Amino acid sequence: MKSQKNNRMLARFMFYAGNALVGLIFVSPLLWMIAASFKPEIEIFANINSITTFIPLHFTLGNYAEVFSRLNIPQILGNTFGYIFIVLLGDLFFGSMCGYALAKLKFKGRGLLLTLVIALMSMPVEAILLPLYIEMAHLGWVNTMAGLALPFMINCFSIYMFYSYFLDIPDALIEAAAIDGCGHIRTYFQIVMPLAKTVFATVFILDFVARWNDFMWPFLITTGEAKRTVQLAVQAFFGTQPIHYGAIMAALTLASLPMLLIYIFMQKYYVEGIAGTGIKG
Amino acid sequence: MKPITETNDKHSFSPCGRLSSESLLRKTGQKKLKREIGMKTNKSSIAGITMSAPVIIMLTAFLIIPIMGTIYFSFFKYQVMRPDAKTFNGINNYLKLLTDENFYIALKNTVYFSILVVPFQCTLALVLALLVRSKMKGVAIFRTMYFSPQVTSMVVIAILWVILYNSNANTGLINAALSRIGLGPFDFLNNPKIAMNSIVFMSAWQGAGYQMMIFLAGLNAIPSEQYEAASVDGANPVDQFLYVTLPGLKNTIKYVLMITIIQAMKLFTQPYIMTKGGPQNKTKTMVYYIYEQGFQKGNFGYACCIAAIFFFIVVILSLVVKKLTRTK
Repeated sequence: MKSQKNNRMLARFMFYAGNALVGLIFVSPLLWMIAASFKPEIEIFANINSITTFIPLHFTLGNYAEVFSRLNIPQILGNTFGYIFIVLLGDLFFGSMCGYALAKLKFKGRGLLLTLVIALMSMPVEAILLPLYIEMAHLGWVNTMAGLALPFMINCFSIYMFYSYFLDIPDALIEAAAIDGCGHIRTYFQIVMPLAKTVFATVFILDFVARWNDFMWPFLITTGEAKRTVQLAVQAFFGTQPIHYGAIMAALTLASLPMLLIYIFMQKYYVEGIAGTGIKG
Repeated sequence: MKPITETNDKHSFSPCGRLSSESLLRKTGQKKLKREIGMKTNKSSIAGITMSAPVIIMLTAFLIIPIMGTIYFSFFKYQVMRPDAKTFNGINNYLKLLTDENFYIALKNTVYFSILVVPFQCTLALVLALLVRSKMKGVAIFRTMYFSPQVTSMVVIAILWVILYNSNANTGLINAALSRIGLGPFDFLNNPKIAMNSIVFMSAWQGAGYQMMIFLAGLNAIPSEQYEAASVDGANPVDQFLYVTLPGLKNTIKYVLMITIIQAMKLFTQPYIMTKGGPQNKTKTMVYYIYEQGFQKGNFGYACCIAAIFFFIVVILSLVVKKLTRTK
């Protein structure tokens, strides 16, 4: 009895000690980044050989002030949120509608559309960026919000997520609405949509993080500063004179914290989005 | 990946339902009812098309046309700086590709990266998942710690690691730590022999949290009775891992391998920010080469040819892995 209790204590200790050790080593690059963002420039590399390099000894907000004065933060955030907003609109509104139609309505070409959505889900977007760029150039959309956001309004992965979620909604519910004289579109918006908050939250957070962190397409379609997003601004800041490492670290931290907060508050949905898709089968 | 055929079957209109309504029709022979049902499916068809129309339009405009564009332009000599200079080139782009030394370098680098990063990242993810699978208090904090590099963007991570990988032990955190145990200093990003390995290590660290979450879901799906039965039989933790955990994770492992391989094939941001494809082209990947030919040198036609081959490779890879995954 006593040895069993001891064993459990040991297991507990191993769990906390092991995780604390591995976890701290694992996040040490990020901890160092945050610590350095609060240090005066001369202190950043001064005690790199000591563990105190993870602690800002002379705490300062000067690096953040420098970032705010050198970058046009409202413009950058405006571009990024505009981009995310348009993509979310497409994904949550049009994507979900299509997912519902695929799952619950019978229409001509449904099978073909479903096959297409599934086939295009694993398509590498990197392979089509060149013609997409030419298309945007023909439309006159290079370096515009339309060129940045419209091509990513539809995400086959999200459509498939909506589709598989709506499959599980009982037909009886929809039939009952039809008997009450509710049209298909009204049934969707008034009865089905409110039931599907989870999948909307999941697609929302997956899209939000993916678009905030996206680099390649914004990098190709924008030129100059007018339409650049957070990631482009950070990347440009890294190569712009004067190189102040404290300010760079502050910029990196500013670009990461919103996503970390979103993750902490919406963890449940985020994890569902990642894990749910793979495991269900 | 989800077994797609299964969900299809689940969805298709249940034969019983259709049968009963048909027999009902036959029995009563009421024309009115028939008309009503006919109207209903008609309505459903219109609603279905209306609700899918935005997606169909955008899918065509932003996915299908560009896919066809990649293949179409791959048969042209198309210089971006001179848009009129688009001339049909037959299969010459493909022939050129066959003898293009840089293409083989890019292919080799991509394969090298994938072969190293896939097992490393997946093993790391599995270890992390095992570390945080318990339901003890505070486990969410550790999960967040392991997942945090994943929510941080690759741009941020790449810039940060350029600074961490600094070859000077007095300014680079990693070389400073290694010098404490008597190693280094290493020139992580400028030494052609280790530059790609440095990117592998960083990418696995950044990405492992994602696969960890998938493994966690897989671990939670293993019935706890199996572990109880194993411990009654006197199995030690190693045996339990080998004979309960690993077989229970079989499908999860296949899925994780598939998404990690496809993700690895698309490597671009890390070499673009950290090494610009160098040193000595050692980190130039296929997507990097597409970008270089298409956007830096303006050879759109040739770049589309590389993109078409890249597309083909990824599609074949995902089909192969999908097929392997389906066999139970």
